Amino acid sequence: MFTSVDDVRARLAETGYLASPSVATTVFLADRLGKPLLVEGPAGVGKTELAKAVAQVAGARLVRLQCYEGVDESRALYEWNHAKQLLRISAGRDETWDEARTDIFGEEFLLPRPLLTAIRGDEPTVLLIDETDKADVEVEGLLLEVLSDFQITVPELGTITATRRPFVVLTSNASRELSEALRRRCLFLHIGFPEEELERRIVRLKVPGIDAALAESVVRVVGALRAMDLRKAPSVAETIDWARTLLALGAGALDADLVRDTLGVILKHQDDVLKAAAKLDLDAV
Amino acid sequence: MTAATEVTARLTGLVAALRAHGVRIGTGETVDAAQAATALGFADRALLREGLAATLLHSADQRRVFDTVFDLYFPYGVGAPETGGPDSGSGTAADRDDLRDRLAAALADNDEAMTARLAIEAVDGLGGYGSSPGADGWSAYQTLERLRPQTLLARVRDDVRSRGGAAGFTDRLLEDEVRRRIEAFRALVAVEARRRVAERRGRDEIARRAVAPTADRVDFLYAGRDRLAELRRTVHPLARKLATRLAARRRRASRGAIDLRRTLRGSLSTGGVPMRPVLRRRRPARPELVLLCDVSGSVSGFSDFTMLLVQALHDQFSKVRVFAFVNRVDEITGLLRHGSADPEGLGALIRAEATLTGWHGSSDYGTALGEFAERYGAAVGPRTTVFVLGDARTNMGDPNLPAVRRILGRARRVHWLNPEPRPQWGTGDSAALDYAELVAMHECRNAHQLGALISRILPV
Repeated sequence: MFTSVDDVRARLAETGYLASPSVATTVFLADRLGKPLLVEGPAGVGKTELAKAVAQVAGARLVRLQCYEGVDESRALYEWNHAKQLLRISAGRDETWDEARTDIFGEEFLLPRPLLTAIRGDEPTVLLIDETDKADVEVEGLLLEVLSDFQITVPELGTITATRRPFVVLTSNASRELSEALRRRCLFLHIGFPEEELERRIVRLKVPGIDAALAESVVRVVGALRAMDLRKAPSVAETIDWARTLLALGAGALDADLVRDTLGVILKHQDDVLKAAAKLDLDAV
Repeated sequence: MTAATEVTARLTGLVAALRAHGVRIGTGETVDAAQAATALGFADRALLREGLAATLLHSADQRRVFDTVFDLYFPYGVGAPETGGPDSGSGTAADRDDLRDRLAAALADNDEAMTARLAIEAVDGLGGYGSSPGADGWSAYQTLERLRPQTLLARVRDDVRSRGGAAGFTDRLLEDEVRRRIEAFRALVAVEARRRVAERRGRDEIARRAVAPTADRVDFLYAGRDRLAELRRTVHPLARKLATRLAARRRRASRGAIDLRRTLRGSLSTGGVPMRPVLRRRRPARPELVLLCDVSGSVSGFSDFTMLLVQALHDQFSKVRVFAFVNRVDEITGLLRHGSADPEGLGALIRAEATLTGWHGSSDYGTALGEFAERYGAAVGPRTTVFVLGDARTNMGDPNLPAVRRILGRARRVHWLNPEPRPQWGTGDSAALDYAELVAMHECRNAHQLGALISRILPV
């Protein structure tokens, strides 16, 4: 899919995703080694966006499995279409039992769910398994077969193997420790907060029309906030929101009043707002 | 040795060093790493670093160990820097001033490539000591002592300001930014000194000894200030993980045992044959927790961390009360709630606000436990689990075992978390073994052990 790390970076940039060197390298390796990619990091640094960008670059179909507590086999892998099976049985009354039995467990009565869809397709596919840590431990067991051999076993049908390996991205917020078995099958990528220079470029790309000097001050203030040991450090998503807010307010440069009034856009806890205001020498909020 | 075997040896050496620091790497990952190295080539060191990290590591907190070990096994070069200047290594005052000037300029420009080059030059010029083989080496400490980069702060700040680089609101951020750049420079000096020493003494030995472990495996008793600060930042993520584990345990524990009476009652409709077993349902009662913490100097890092962790977990319990002692006991539950915004000042706050010492300043478990049983006995009830945190070093005082028995008689359960390694229990003035006969005592030397213990023994 990609020829070099620089190629990854350039083509992701075309879709509007500015990748740091570690992101570009790991995506390149995931493609080259044919291994799934496990992406961890704080909320709002672009984990899900990465999968979307890769799909767009490769011209691939994006299949998404959103994990939540209680997601199970019938939501993730496949399900038999019971209603249709019943119809089929009642339609062919004068058949022998053997004929009916072999027929109702055929492909026609199988409802594919995201994992099976991603495995079966012939066109290039990006499989995004989002918020893997929200799923129960049992679901990880289901994923193991898919991730290591790219195959799914349906007891009535046999094993379905991928004709074309999908590019798999798993994301996690690390609210639960993923099992060692799952981690071992993946390349690990931690997306942290971007470097100042990269974040400046991201802001200018995502908020066209923002003044270069203002973008720089915005990024510097956010950098200072991240160094403050807050309950929830502002993420790239918050930086962009803040830049948009400032643009909408028609601000040309930052000043104390403006920062104080808009601090709520970047900080989501009252404790954090108070602490930041004190450290930035703003008057009481 | 051919180039290929040399590279393989480097890679396996790197993996062995990482394993020695508790990173679990299988053979499969090593093979992946070799494939990644082949795919990326060795021309770009930064790419190689990212590629190996992606294949070998499994979590973000292992990255710090990995970076240090990587610098040792895949150094950017060998030997002294080539562009050493006219007479590098002499370490004269003029040289040093020149270096300081150039460093100040690089810091003001925020020129990272230049700062890195200067770090290399600084270690070469100022860091060498000893002249006889075997006793010589390179010291980051000596380099920084002679160069004193922290004193450049005001100069760099004024330099940037005079150029109008920070007008308006962001001016107030400048000082902290410069401070962070200086910190980065100090780290670079440490990396370079380690590289030079490793060339002299052998990579494997340095990788084993001079690499700091991951934050959750640092011994509480020996952790320095910055490691403790780093640990405190992991409190909330750790608490979140523990909370999900506790919730899972609670779910499992809420059903299980068969309710015989209801099963038999239900079996009447099937002629007395129990077709459908009815499982007993637990009453949803959240447990109470009492924390009794030794906050004397020797173990304060441990108790502070544990207090913060339990406080972060408070919504898992109906009631959490925290008591601190050195040789007297005082309740600090209120302080902890207000202090949660500033964990750094917590220790000082406790020592300032609570009455913890009388007559002398060293810890006395016997007196403190006795006072607790007497004054705060009502805090402990049949639903309370008591955690005692401390090293049980009583300074030769009476361990006061009857007081422990009284607490034990009232509480649902008592656990003792001891930050000392097990072999040291009972040595010197430690009464750990006496206490361990009465209550369940657990070794709890680092955050990793603490996390595992809490998810196992905390009541659900």
